[in-house]
Amino acid sequence: MRKDMDFADLRVAVTGGTSGLGLALVRLLSAHGARVAFIARSVTSVERTAGEIGAHGIVGDIGRKSDIHPIALQILSALGGIDVLINNASSLGPTPLALLSDTECEELEEALAVNLVGAFRLTRALFGALAASARDGRGALVVNISSDAAVCAYPGWGAYGASKAALRHLTAIWDKEEKDDGVRFLSLDPGDMDTPLHALAAPEADPATLKRPEDSAVEIAERILAALPRGAMRLVGTGA
Amino acid sequence: MIAAERLDRCGGKLLAIDAKGAMRRMPRGELAGLFYPGDLVVANDAATLPASLPGMHIASGAPIEMRLAAWLTLDDPTRFVAIAFGAGDHRLRTEDRPRPPPLAAGDRLALGPLLAVIERRLDHPRLVVLRFLGDRRTVVSGLARHGRPIQYAHVSEPLALWDVWTRIAAVPIAFEPPSAGFALDWAMLAAWRRRGVGFATLAHAAGLSSTGDLALDRLLPFDEPYRIPGRTAAAIARTREEGGRIIAVGTTVVRALESAADGAGGVRAGAGVASGRISRGTRLSVADAIVSGVHQPGESHFELLGAFADESTLDRMSAALIAGDFRGHEFGDSVLIERWARAPARQPRADDSVAALAAIEAEL
Repeated sequence: MRKDMDFADLRVAVTGGTSGLGLALVRLLSAHGARVAFIARSVTSVERTAGEIGAHGIVGDIGRKSDIHPIALQILSALGGIDVLINNASSLGPTPLALLSDTECEELEEALAVNLVGAFRLTRALFGALAASARDGRGALVVNISSDAAVCAYPGWGAYGASKAALRHLTAIWDKEEKDDGVRFLSLDPGDMDTPLHALAAPEADPATLKRPEDSAVEIAERILAALPRGAMRLVGTGA
Repeated sequence: MIAAERLDRCGGKLLAIDAKGAMRRMPRGELAGLFYPGDLVVANDAATLPASLPGMHIASGAPIEMRLAAWLTLDDPTRFVAIAFGAGDHRLRTEDRPRPPPLAAGDRLALGPLLAVIERRLDHPRLVVLRFLGDRRTVVSGLARHGRPIQYAHVSEPLALWDVWTRIAAVPIAFEPPSAGFALDWAMLAAWRRRGVGFATLAHAAGLSSTGDLALDRLLPFDEPYRIPGRTAAAIARTREEGGRIIAVGTTVVRALESAADGAGGVRAGAGVASGRISRGTRLSVADAIVSGVHQPGESHFELLGAFADESTLDRMSAALIAGDFRGHEFGDSVLIERWARAPARQPRADDSVAALAAIEAEL
């Protein structure tokens, strides 16, 4: 517990919340007082995580259009609104990783469906609630989890990298468009972490050389706090 | 007039009627330019529930559709006032559908993944209190996955939730879309902000507007709970002080504002229940203008417009809407009516509606 991290009553939704960075964020934010809803595809994982942490688990697939509004409805009903949406769920595209010339169109489409279109759809579905939170003075923030593959051209990471690059740009444009509505958008790169997704992409990597997702979660939580009115008040209050 | 099959977010039409009864027709997008700096637009940011649940009456094995129609308490999504329909779906008009099986207290229903029990019958054979078995999370998740938006025979394609959530939808408590809000988009809100026109919201649990069963329709609207945020009440008070107008987007907003009126032109913040009917003769104390869908005489929404404009103006409006091919129903076009001044009105001339029609036709 960090005393300087006060998330009391903050309403947060995290996609991909049962493993890796998403799970670390659900744990960290819940432990610091936030009311957290998380989303994942597997019923068993959702129930396990909900049972362990006490956060509100929702079963759904961000990559499937028909799941988005049912997910949004459950988030809003469980939390009574939303202040922070963390679009964390990600698809690698082809696994093992493949050169673009060997990537099936459907594999590229799947990466785009989850990483770009899914994040867009869920944000759109929740935008009214985010703007309401901003009008209410609570602040509103969308965090889109990015990657260095969104910026650097890594061979083999074509589907993932292209989808994350598009998400990064979408985030930047949306942030400019909605500043006046008080809804902020952040694209954050958590670094190379020891997560199931990374193991799928690079099974040969030595976990000891990778970042712990818990450490990335702390960095992201700090950025979230700084972007919200409550964080700005805290910084002013401490003279920081 | 025709029914709109699908929402046309860009191409909608608007008939604007000022306080003197003068009418202007324009593209709906021009709503952004009609208000003055200092005015406050108040909209309903309720999101629509998937309140139609097909399933089976377990004792008889008969197919049934339950439509959730009203809250017992806003914070409890496991118990609702609900209306039963027999076999078939929205494509069949209610009067053409088989009746639902007779319902008695204790009867169980299988509604997709949800189990529900009839807690008691209310004062109509179709009208019951329905209780879902399971905790809040199970019930909301079951509704979200199995329920469909309530819809009517005039739209044949099945609607999805994204069709019935307005751009500003935030609070999932409505049984039918607060459809006047379909006229709003974020570009319009940004245009208002640039011009100094304020925007605020309240959440009102818009209920069923019609069931197709005449006896049941006479009981409508059911009591509708609402919640007015403190900031919205404060914005209304500020607007009043500074001489701006309060523009209500939709009949639900008018009902909530007038129900929460404090008698001095402002409203009380917090939760309440809108139960009264508003119609001709109701003296409005908060709303100065209404943006509404296109309604026709006989509909309860139309009655409410009688509080904003006198009978002859509404007659001319109806004629102009028909002449201008305005689309009715929830995905149709819009009207803006400024509240008439209540000065001793001159006697309307018999040729007013003819003149209005001619003006509209000349435009077409």
